[in-house]
Amino acid sequence: MSTEKSYRRIVDRTAAAWLFLSPSLAAIAVFFVVPVLSALVMSFTDFDIYALGDLSVVRFIGFENYRRIFELPIFWSALRNTFYFVLVGGPLSVAVSLGTALMVNAKLTRFKPLFRTIFFLPVVTSLVAVAVVWRYLYHPAHGILNYLLSFAGIAPIDWLGNPAIAMPAIIVLAVWKGFGYNMLIFIAGLQNIPDELYEAAHMDGANAWRQFVDITLPMLTPTSVFVVMITIIGYFQLFAEPYVMTQGGPLNSTMSIVLLMYEQGFRWWNMGFAAAIAFVLFVVILIFTLLQMALQRRMQ
Amino acid sequence: MKRLRPSSILLHAGLIVVALVTMTPVLWMLSASFMAPGEASSFPPPFIPGRFTLEHYRALADRLQMGRYFINSMIVAGAVTIISLFFNSMAGYAFAKFRFKGRDSMFRFLLSGMVVPAQVTMLPLFLLLKTFGFVNTYMGAIIPGLASIFGIFLIRQFAGSIPDSFIEAAQIDGASEFKIYRSIILPLCRPILYTLALFTFMGTWNDFMWPLIIMTDDSRYTLPVALANLMGEHALDLELMMAGSVITILPVMILFLVFQRHYVRGIMVGKSNALSQVGPLCADE
Repeated sequence: MSTEKSYRRIVDRTAAAWLFLSPSLAAIAVFFVVPVLSALVMSFTDFDIYALGDLSVVRFIGFENYRRIFELPIFWSALRNTFYFVLVGGPLSVAVSLGTALMVNAKLTRFKPLFRTIFFLPVVTSLVAVAVVWRYLYHPAHGILNYLLSFAGIAPIDWLGNPAIAMPAIIVLAVWKGFGYNMLIFIAGLQNIPDELYEAAHMDGANAWRQFVDITLPMLTPTSVFVVMITIIGYFQLFAEPYVMTQGGPLNSTMSIVLLMYEQGFRWWNMGFAAAIAFVLFVVILIFTLLQMALQRRMQ
Repeated sequence: MKRLRPSSILLHAGLIVVALVTMTPVLWMLSASFMAPGEASSFPPPFIPGRFTLEHYRALADRLQMGRYFINSMIVAGAVTIISLFFNSMAGYAFAKFRFKGRDSMFRFLLSGMVVPAQVTMLPLFLLLKTFGFVNTYMGAIIPGLASIFGIFLIRQFAGSIPDSFIEAAQIDGASEFKIYRSIILPLCRPILYTLALFTFMGTWNDFMWPLIIMTDDSRYTLPVALANLMGEHALDLELMMAGSVITILPVMILFLVFQRHYVRGIMVGKSNALSQVGPLCADE
């Protein structure tokens, strides 16, 4: 009798589980999974502004969109710029996060919560709003940045108008805006390192630098892999900064993959073409993620 | 108390420099928003308003519909927060406390979805919502936020620590499954629900690309979209733009400062646990 009862309970609970899951799963299926699959299908069609009004004009064109993408000079610019942003901005941002985490977490540091809160504040701000603010900070004639640099004898820099400097300028903004987030994750990682390790190293006569290299860095490796992974995924999606500050200019030097996708898809309504761009981005992110995971597995 | 050692002085000097770099743009934005027109772009750039004025805030409210955008942002972020909290908490609870076939593989499938950039979904989602007539409606802005994989994950981690005996005791008392969820799980999950509510509200408030796409008429703009649009017409009105930025940033900043305890916990608990999940996710392949 007791087995029958527990059997019935399992059956009952399964039904209840699916009931609890159904709203979320339905939403994710309809508004996430189906769109992802549709985007893949779309990327093999010539879906454009005419198709918006009349779906019957859509034709399958195989890999034509992908072929056209790879022949488009601005796509290669966008890809190069995005990689520049990811490969320079990503590590820089992680380094700043780690540095500030070490400073805030140091034994000597006073007012830890205050510094932590201040460093974190830019994270909660709207990217659009701070991009607007930084556009003025970067103003060549009356921006604060050039004014402050003038005290160091540095001549005014046209931060967002010079094709060679616009992307570095955007990277600085992105690092400023985001470093507090990874800093918190690093602080959590640092607090998980047992004090005994440092005490033992101290007894063995290891100096602060050796302790950092031999204990802190290895113990932080899992945290770092995770942080680098989420940072890279996030940085590949560069959009609002160039949209607000440079519109992709000057000379397309800040055109990003997502900005290109937005312009093709939602400004010119070349939606099949834009879907192909989105999938190229997806594949690039996927490759990086798998690389990270393989790296992580090898280290374990 | 502690003697000031050179290393300590160096450390605190470094911390103060970083704090200044972090705060200067925000404080300058606030200060410039109270300056008279043109003052902020004079040379040398002033840091404190010579004459304190609220005229830009007044102009934003009276002429430029900023109150309306504020309400739009409130409606979208508020609705997404409330609805997704229900959806995610139910699903997270089911993943944590029910045993059913396919549970773990489905959960792993969901987690792997976190790698897909949201931009991939946007083109078909726009077309889908267009056929529903949801373009330029609050519904259109709310729909992608109805459920979030990260939210489900966060709740699952937290609900997993609730002892099974609590649930079994309620079952013996004859409580229905929904009653157990409502009167045992939800109250016990309150801390993580606060955290998730904050994450969701702030994330939706600051979201830019999707509302930019789905809100085609300026009466429906959320604050970030309105601000980016304002930049097109009023780029030269520096002080006005700063006031607009203040209105966009301040609500969430205050929310964060008041509830930061909950927010920080979400990152510390959620992310460090997410870490342990990445392992099994790939080890299985």
